[in-house]
Amino acid sequence: MSNQKPKLALYWASSCGGCEIAVLGLHEKILNVAEAFDIVFWPCVMDFKYADVEAMEDGEIDVCLFNGAIRNDENAHMAHLLRQKSKVLVAFGACSYGGSMPGLANFADREAMFQWIYFDSPSTVNPDGVVPQKRSDVPEGELRLPGFWNTVKTLAQVVPVDYFLPGCPPEASSIEIAINAIVSGELPPPGSVIGPDVTVCDECSRKKSEKKIQRFYRPQEIFPDPDICLLEQGLFCAGIATRSGCGAKCPSVGFGCRGCYGPNEGVLDHGAKILTGIASVLDAMTAEEAEAILDTLPDPAGYLYRFHLPDSLLRRKARGNGQRQPVGETSQREPA
Amino acid sequence: MSEPRVGVYVCHCGHNIAGTVDVEHVAEWALNLPNVVVSRENKFMCASTGQEQVEQDIKEFDLTHVVVASCSPHMHEKTFRNACARAGLNPYMFEMANIREHASWVHANDKDGATNKAKALVSAAVSRVIFHEPLEPMQVSIRPETLVVGGGIAGIQAALEIADAGYHVYLVEREPSIGGHMAMFDKTFPTLDCSACILTPKMFDVGAHPNITLLTYSEVERVDGYVGNFTVRVRKKAGMVDQDLCTGCGSCWESCPIRIVDNVFEAGLGHRKAIYRPFPQAVPKYPVIDVPNCTYYKSGKCRMCEKVCPTNAIRFDMQDEVVELEVGNIILTTGFKLFDARRVPNYGYGRLENVFTSLEFERLTNAAGPTEGKIVLRDGETPPQSVAIIHCVGSRDRNYNTHCSAICCMSSLKFAHLVMEKTGAQVYNFYIDMRPLHKGYEEFYHRIMDEGAQFIRGKVSEITDAARSPEEDGKLVVVCEDTLIGQQRRVPVDMVILAAGLEPRADAQAVGYMFGVGCGDTGFFTERHPKLDPVATVTEGVFIAGACQGAKDIPDSVAQGAAAAARVLGTISKREVALEPIRATIDEERCSGCRICNNMCPYHAIDFIEEKGVSRVNPALCKGCGTCVAACPSQVITGAHFTFDQLMAEIDGILVDVLSDQPIVEAV
Repeated sequence: MSNQKPKLALYWASSCGGCEIAVLGLHEKILNVAEAFDIVFWPCVMDFKYADVEAMEDGEIDVCLFNGAIRNDENAHMAHLLRQKSKVLVAFGACSYGGSMPGLANFADREAMFQWIYFDSPSTVNPDGVVPQKRSDVPEGELRLPGFWNTVKTLAQVVPVDYFLPGCPPEASSIEIAINAIVSGELPPPGSVIGPDVTVCDECSRKKSEKKIQRFYRPQEIFPDPDICLLEQGLFCAGIATRSGCGAKCPSVGFGCRGCYGPNEGVLDHGAKILTGIASVLDAMTAEEAEAILDTLPDPAGYLYRFHLPDSLLRRKARGNGQRQPVGETSQREPA
Repeated sequence: MSEPRVGVYVCHCGHNIAGTVDVEHVAEWALNLPNVVVSRENKFMCASTGQEQVEQDIKEFDLTHVVVASCSPHMHEKTFRNACARAGLNPYMFEMANIREHASWVHANDKDGATNKAKALVSAAVSRVIFHEPLEPMQVSIRPETLVVGGGIAGIQAALEIADAGYHVYLVEREPSIGGHMAMFDKTFPTLDCSACILTPKMFDVGAHPNITLLTYSEVERVDGYVGNFTVRVRKKAGMVDQDLCTGCGSCWESCPIRIVDNVFEAGLGHRKAIYRPFPQAVPKYPVIDVPNCTYYKSGKCRMCEKVCPTNAIRFDMQDEVVELEVGNIILTTGFKLFDARRVPNYGYGRLENVFTSLEFERLTNAAGPTEGKIVLRDGETPPQSVAIIHCVGSRDRNYNTHCSAICCMSSLKFAHLVMEKTGAQVYNFYIDMRPLHKGYEEFYHRIMDEGAQFIRGKVSEITDAARSPEEDGKLVVVCEDTLIGQQRRVPVDMVILAAGLEPRADAQAVGYMFGVGCGDTGFFTERHPKLDPVATVTEGVFIAGACQGAKDIPDSVAQGAAAAARVLGTISKREVALEPIRATIDEERCSGCRICNNMCPYHAIDFIEEKGVSRVNPALCKGCGTCVAACPSQVITGAHFTFDQLMAEIDGILVDVLSDQPIVEAV
C-alpha cells in the first residue's frame, strides 16, 4: 500500500457547485492534485455511482473533501457513508462548515418553503397542487425522493469532522494550504479550522480609525473612499468578525466583507459577534437613536447570519410558537 | 495540572437560607458533582468557625478550588477570598454561589423550588471555579499631590484637610473666586451665624496655604492616567490681570465705565463692572476682565483700568494658559445648580415681579448685597407686609425632579425668620412635608413657629395677580389646597419666595465622563456604595464630595469633603495601592486592529498602537467592566476572572438537571 497514491474523494451535498469550481480554480496546480492523489469519487466531474463508494472498505478513502450543507436524507446518507469510508473528512467550504446560504432556510421551515415554491411564487403554475412526495406510485412502479428536512444542518452536526476549510468558496490559496498540509502530513489538531486566526481587518489595507456609525448605506448608494475602512463609511462589513485567509478581496474592491470565512477561533456565534462589534460603534446615545441607525441596515438577520445560521447558538427560527421541541424529534426527517 | 479538588460549603445564614432551602440536602447532593471532594453545611460561614473550616479543609484535603454557597459576593466575597489566602490558596480560586438573595429570599414560599435553584447555583459555581486562574493584584505607587475640582465649601474643606496634613493640593475653580454658593448666603441655618464670617477665614487659609496651589478662573480639560498617577490638563482662562503685580486695590473696577447685571454672584439683582472681582472677600483678591463685555475688546478704546492701575498690572494681550498637573488622587466637589424656577410657569417667576427665588432672597437679605440687606420688593424700596415662602419648588415633583433637595425646608425656615426679624411682615410657609432632620433642626422649626410664622400644608397650584376680591387687589395670590383643613385657600401676599431645589450641574454628565464617574437617575455623581462607600467612585483614585453627589446642606458637604480627604490621605500614606487583578487583556498576536473597542472603554484604558496595528489595554486604568470583551468581534480580548471558558462553564453548570444530576444540554 505504501507505494500507492492516497485516495481522494470529493462530494457535493446541498451546495451551488461553486466549491467544485474553486477546486478547478487551482488551474495547473490541479495537476499536482491529480498527481498526488488517486481520485476515487468526484460526481461533479466524473461518473461514479454511490454503489462504488458503498463497495469500498471502511477507511479506504484517505481524504474526503465534502462541500454543501445537509438539507435532505440523501445529503445525510452520503455524509454518513463518506465518513465511514474516509480516514480524514474535511468540511469544505462555507456550506458544509456553517450551513451558509442553504442554511438561511432555517428562518423558515419545510411547509413554508413548499408553500412558496409550489404554490405562492409568482412564477409557479401548479393547478393540481402537486408537491414532492417521498414515495409515489406510478404505473412503472414506486418512485422515491430523498426526504426534505425542516432544518438545514452542518456536516459536523451530522457526522464527526476532522477539518474545516472555510470560504464561499474557499480561495485557491486556502485550498492549496490545506492540500499541502494533507500531503505533507503537517496537519493541525483534528477539529481545527485550517486558516489564520486573525480577522479580515488584518489583511485589509484600508485605514482604520475610531468608529462612529451614523447610518448604513447599501453598496449601490455611495462611492466609498478607496482608502478608509468601509464600516466607518457606513457600508456593512463583517470583516471585523470574520477569519482572514481570503486576502480581503471584497473590501479591497469597495464591497464590505460578507463573512464567508466564518468566525475566529473560539467564537460560538458568528452573527452575534458581528452584531456586537457593529452595535458597539453606533453613534447613538439612546436606544431610539440606535434603533434608527440599525433600521438603515436592511435584512439584519440575513446580513449577520449569511454563512453561519445552522451552527449559531439558536440554529433556526423557533417552530411551533417557540415551544421547545422534544429532543430526538423525528418529524423533520419525514418527507414532505 | 493535576485533577481539580473542590470544596463546597453551604451556609444556613441562620434561618435566612436554611428556613427555605434544604441546606443539608444541597450539601449532600453537591458531593456528587464532578471534582467535589468535600461538601459541608455550616450555620454561619462568615463566622470565624466557618472560615476556619475552609482553611483547615484546604490543608487537609489539598483543595485547589473553593465554593461557598451563601449570600451576595458584595457581602462576603472578600471574607472568603481572604480565608483562602490565609490557607495558602490564591484567593481567586474561590467562587461564591448566592443562594440567599437569589434563592431563599426570593422564593420564600416555595421550599422545593428554592432548594432546586440553590442546587443549580452551586452546580454553576462548581463548574465555573474549575476554570479559575490564580491572579495577583497589581501594585501602583501613589503620587502625594491631589487635585480638588470645585472651590465651594466641600472643596475648600477637602483641600485644607489634605494641605494641613502636609501634602500638596491643586484647587481648581471655574469662577474668579472660590467660595461657591456658601459665599452668596447671608445666614446659615439653624444657628443663624453669618455665612461669610465662618467661610472667609477658610477661604483665606486656602489662598495663603503653602501646600495649596489655587487655580481660579480655570477649568480641567482632560484627565489621563490612573490612580496614583493622573495627568490633568487645566486651562487657566486669561483674566487680563497680572496677579504678580495686582494688589487688589480696586481702582480699576471703580473707574470702569461698564455696568453689567451680575447673574452669577448677585443672582441678577445687582451689578458688577467689566473688570470685577465677584465679591469683596474674594480669594484670590485679583479682578478679572469680562472680555465679551469690555469696551476695549469691542472698539479698541477705553483702557480706563489700565490708566488707573497703580502697579501696571493690566495685560490686555494675556492668553489662556494650559498647565499639566501630575496628581495621585482627585476629589470632585463641583456642587449643584439651582433649579430654574421659570420652569414652573404657574408660579410666575420672571412674569410676576415680586416672585423671588431663594438665591435672590439670599442676596436681598445679605448686608453686602445689592440692597445692603434690606428686604424690599422689586421696586427696591417697599418693604413687604406679607410674604409667602413656597417649599419644594422643582423638588419632589414628578414633573421636574423626584428627589428631595434636602436644604429647602431649613432655608425656608431661615428666610421666615429673617423676614419677620427685619420687616415684621406676616410669613406663610407652604410646605408638603417638613423634614428638619439634622441636629438642632427640629428645634429651629419650633422656634420659627413660636416666632409667629404660619405653616400651610399643601402644594401650591398657582401664584397669580388676578384678584377676585378687594383684599386681593394689587397682591400676589397664592392658591393652594390646605390639606390639613381640606379646603382650597387663596392667600394674598406682597412677596413670594420660591425655595428652588438643587439640581446636578448642567455639565455633570460631561464632567463625570472626563473623570470616569457615572451619573445616577437624578443626574448627580454616583458613589461606589450609597451607604458604605459614599465618597468613593467606581474609578479608583477619584472621589466625590458635597452637592455634586446629591443635594445636601453645608454640614454634610463639609463632612463629605473631610471624608474624601481622609480617603485620599489614606492612600497617600500607604504610598501604593493594590488594584484588583480583574481586568481585560488583548491578545496582540490575534488582534487584527479593527479598532471597534477603541472608543468603547468608559475609563479610556484602550490605546491603539499604530506601529503594530493592534489595540492595547492599560492595565492600571482598566476596571474589568467587560465592555470591550463583549464588543471585540474577533474574541481576542479576555476579561480576567470572567473568561469565555469560565462563563460558558457557569452556564453549562446552571443547566444541570437538579433531579437527576445530569446537565440538560450537552456542553458546547
